[in-house]
Amino acid sequence: MSFINYSSREINCKIVYYGPGLCGKTTNLQYVYKKTNPDQKGKLISLATETERTLFFDFLPLALGDIKGFKVRFHLYTVPGQVFYAASRKLILKGVDGVVFVADSQIERMEANMESLDDLKINLAEQGYELEKLPYTIQFNKRDLPNVAPVENMNKLLNPRNVPCFDGCAVTGIGVFETLKNVAKQVLIELKKHY
Amino acid sequence: MSGSDLIMYEEEFKKIDEELQKLYLQTNAKVVFLVDKNGQLIASAGETQDIDTTSLASLTAGNIAATGGIARLLGEKEFSILFHEGEKDNIHISLIGQRVILVVIFDKRSSLGLVRLRVKKSSEALVGIFGDITSKSEKEKVEGRLDESPFAEISDEDIDNLFR
Ligand SMILES: Nc1nc2c(ncn2[C@@H]2O[C@H](COP(=O)(O)OP(=O)(O)OP(=O)(O)O)[C@@H](O)[C@H]2O)c(=O)[nH]1
Ligand SMILES: [Mg+2]
Repeated sequence: MSFINYSSREINCKIVYYGPGLCGKTTNLQYVYKKTNPDQKGKLISLATETERTLFFDFLPLALGDIKGFKVRFHLYTVPGQVFYAASRKLILKGVDGVVFVADSQIERMEANMESLDDLKINLAEQGYELEKLPYTIQFNKRDLPNVAPVENMNKLLNPRNVPCFDGCAVTGIGVFETLKNVAKQVLIELKKHY
Repeated sequence: MSGSDLIMYEEEFKKIDEELQKLYLQTNAKVVFLVDKNGQLIASAGETQDIDTTSLASLTAGNIAATGGIARLLGEKEFSILFHEGEKDNIHISLIGQRVILVVIFDKRSSLGLVRLRVKKSSEALVGIFGDITSKSEKEKVEGRLDESPFAEISDEDIDNLFR
């Protein structure tokens, strides 16, 4: 649900990073935070456990610039990936404008990726959304590790519709901005269709 | 996705702003602000310069969402008022018409009773204003936009420029 304010001339959009536990969602936001100019970002808020697992969400507001005199803001959220935080994940998806699915490329995490993707679809459906109709980008993260599945296999498993997809290494930042730009662009194009 | 987009127009924004100003003065509060249920700040009044209102908006909405989740587990509809008491500052959070959240931060210059009373009055006014906004955007959906749309002529280049 974007928020268009004709009075203050602002557009706010919500992007949610989804994916299994430890796939690197929080790391994506941390990298974006680190590399963004101070005047373009707010605080990075992380509601996390003592072991730095996301407990409720991470939140990063970005003010990227202007389009036709409107200030464009993206609010980035991550969900907690651990299976038992299902209820929280549902809450965070409310009002989403665009989804990034961060997949963990390690072979032993393929099942977790698939489970998380199913969970995403179910949770979206509960709120009356369809993943097929939302701006949606995939990131195959942790490509730097030795035990990764071939991209081709991951595409078959996780990306049958062939949506935009980027290889990533969120700790060093590879693919992080490519992913964000891609989903943000889709969100704006979607808005254009409706207004 | 556009079904529930919130569109704010000049006229209604002014009314909301006035209502918040009034509430701020009447309650002797430090800050008053209005947040959309998804965590986006709509308007504020008072001593906002020392407060990170964007973060506050997102956390307040998270708070309401979490307690709403608890309410449903218990078979309650929703807890429409939350109150947190601090050593110096207190925060009063209330749901308005299922769509927006009104937040009042106050200290000992005010009181919970006063805040409660005034929030109730303002809520009624705000529900009315948001009703107007909804009917207005529905009307525009049917008849087409009255105002210029910022998206009508948006180009790929405009979008790319955002990320330079
Ligand atoms: N080698 C490698 N490690 C990564 C990469 N991305 C993230 N990590 C590490 O993986 C661990 C988990 O990353 P997080 O970003 O916290 O994972 P998350 O998806 O937010 O996890 P939850 O909050 O539990 O859902 C951290 O130790 C990261 O440093 C990557 O691309 N390569
Ligand atoms: Mg996390």
